Amino acid sequence: MIKRHLPFATVAVIALVAAPLLLEPFRLGLLAKYLCYAIVALGIGLAWGQGGMLTLGQGVFFGLGGYSMAMYLKLNEAGPGGLPDFMVWSGVEKLPALWAPFASPVFAVGMAVLGPVLLAVLLGTLVFRQRVRGAYFAILTQALAAAMVILLVGQQGLTGGTNGMTNFFELFGQDLADDSTQRGLYLVVASVLGILYLATRQLVHSRYGRLLVAVRDGEDRVRFLGYDPALVKTVTFAASAGMAGLAGALFVPVVGIISPALLGVVPSLELVVAVAVGGRHALAGAVLGAVVMGYAKTAFSEQFADGWLYLQGALFILVMTLAPKGIVGVVGRLRRARTT
Amino acid sequence: MAAFLNQLPIGLSIGAVLLLIALGLTFTFGQMGVINMAHGEFIMAGAYTAYLMGGLLPALPVAFLVAGVMGLILERAAIRHFYGRPLDTLLLTWGVSLVLQQLARDLFGAPNVQVPAPSWLAGGVGILPYNRLFIMGLAVAGVVAVWVYLTRTGLGRRTQAVVQNRQLAATSGIDTGRVDMLTFFIGSGLAGVAGVALTLIGPVGPALGTYYIVDAFLVVVAGGLGQLRGAVLAAVALGLLNSYAEFWSDASLAKVIVFAVIIAFLQVRPQGMFVLRSRVLT
Repeated sequence: MIKRHLPFATVAVIALVAAPLLLEPFRLGLLAKYLCYAIVALGIGLAWGQGGMLTLGQGVFFGLGGYSMAMYLKLNEAGPGGLPDFMVWSGVEKLPALWAPFASPVFAVGMAVLGPVLLAVLLGTLVFRQRVRGAYFAILTQALAAAMVILLVGQQGLTGGTNGMTNFFELFGQDLADDSTQRGLYLVVASVLGILYLATRQLVHSRYGRLLVAVRDGEDRVRFLGYDPALVKTVTFAASAGMAGLAGALFVPVVGIISPALLGVVPSLELVVAVAVGGRHALAGAVLGAVVMGYAKTAFSEQFADGWLYLQGALFILVMTLAPKGIVGVVGRLRRARTT
Repeated sequence: MAAFLNQLPIGLSIGAVLLLIALGLTFTFGQMGVINMAHGEFIMAGAYTAYLMGGLLPALPVAFLVAGVMGLILERAAIRHFYGRPLDTLLLTWGVSLVLQQLARDLFGAPNVQVPAPSWLAGGVGILPYNRLFIMGLAVAGVVAVWVYLTRTGLGRRTQAVVQNRQLAATSGIDTGRVDMLTFFIGSGLAGVAGVALTLIGPVGPALGTYYIVDAFLVVVAGGLGQLRGAVLAAVALGLLNSYAEFWSDASLAKVIVFAVIIAFLQVRPQGMFVLRSRVLT
């Protein structure tokens, strides 16, 4: 029992105690960003690794969460009756009706999770009921991500267009530029990730989790046994969407910006690849992959911006051909090689 | 009314380009279960071929060869190890596509380049500009060539057999590996031709392929896997839908409308317009 929980406990202590003490604020902020991505990756690990649904549109859900949060922050700073800065620049004179409810923090945070969940339930019901799956599903989610970006860029007055929204100063009365606020945010992100990880692991080990894996490996057979695979998949897809939404809402105060470039086809795919690099069949692999790839991207693109794309491309080709089970798979193989 | 009619050649020519792109995808996808994200970069390679050669007509066969050989190399070097794992090929080929885009950026520079349109394509008849007509003609020629190949040549009939049932085809003595290579070559070559066509309606940049690849995959989804008829109908429909959705709403909503229409369409025909009947169950 203790042995089973030891790895998680060790990582949790490092993340919650050691990292805030040892890392300088800038690095801690970066780590908080990677952990936000790790929350999205956890959802991908659940939907793709366990459920076999390759979702290439998690950026959409991440974006819905991020934009909800950003709308609240902007309205809060503009004050009652005020307009967000970018609306003034693009000549909007009256607050759009869509924006009004986001002045309430409860509504904004609620929508950051509920919005993605509802969209995923709608899409999942329409798609999975018709037994559209596999590559078709992947293509559809990718098309959704592409459409979402074009919509956000085009609706300048509502969304801030290409630039998105930035310049956030305070969150729930706390100064966002302050180091202690950022440290607090980091702790929140790390805790949310930890809790979601435990909950997802519980889910995967439950009867429902077995059913999900069964749907992945033989959907028709599961149907013949009297289950409803569409329902199982929709619920999982919605859960992963909710996680992505929550991650988006956390991302905005941590990083201080949300823009279409952060949630299009490419960022969505990058996270899927991070999950593949970490190891898609293990939830820990998804989290690990997101952190490793996030770090690698910062480290390499700081030094040689152009080389990063070559490196990233080459990395996927290598991982997909040589180690389809990712880092977790390689570690597992090494461990078995040592014991035998 | 005039504005309404003006959208027609735009929609049709976008449909024609999508068709040239989707022809390759629908067969690699339908026949081998490969989702080739690098297909967009074959379009880009074709467009840069036209840029380097400066002439439209001589560029067509060369672009076909350049893109076709690129596809062939990709298939032999990487993809053939992935048959039966469609979702993995998607990620693998995306990696390839990233590398190719960066390569184009290093070779030709990041800014877009313009290929001068030949003077004999200036002007037009009525609402139909010659350059758009040329693109439509190219797509028609492509479809006819593929149709002739599939139905009138021995290799093409073997290709059809592999699309319909790979195992049975293999046991009947068809060299499926060779058929796969050839399909990949032709499909990628057609993407190169589409790239040349695109130089007539816009500038060429390293990310050219990314603008069309998602729509081209939607054509495959809506048309049905490995179905020539389906690809033709779906490409034309999607091209028209795209341009008219932009016309009636605005450009930013158009893609959302297209997406909604496709989801609605899949409610009626979940496997696309035309379905290959089979009794295979997963």
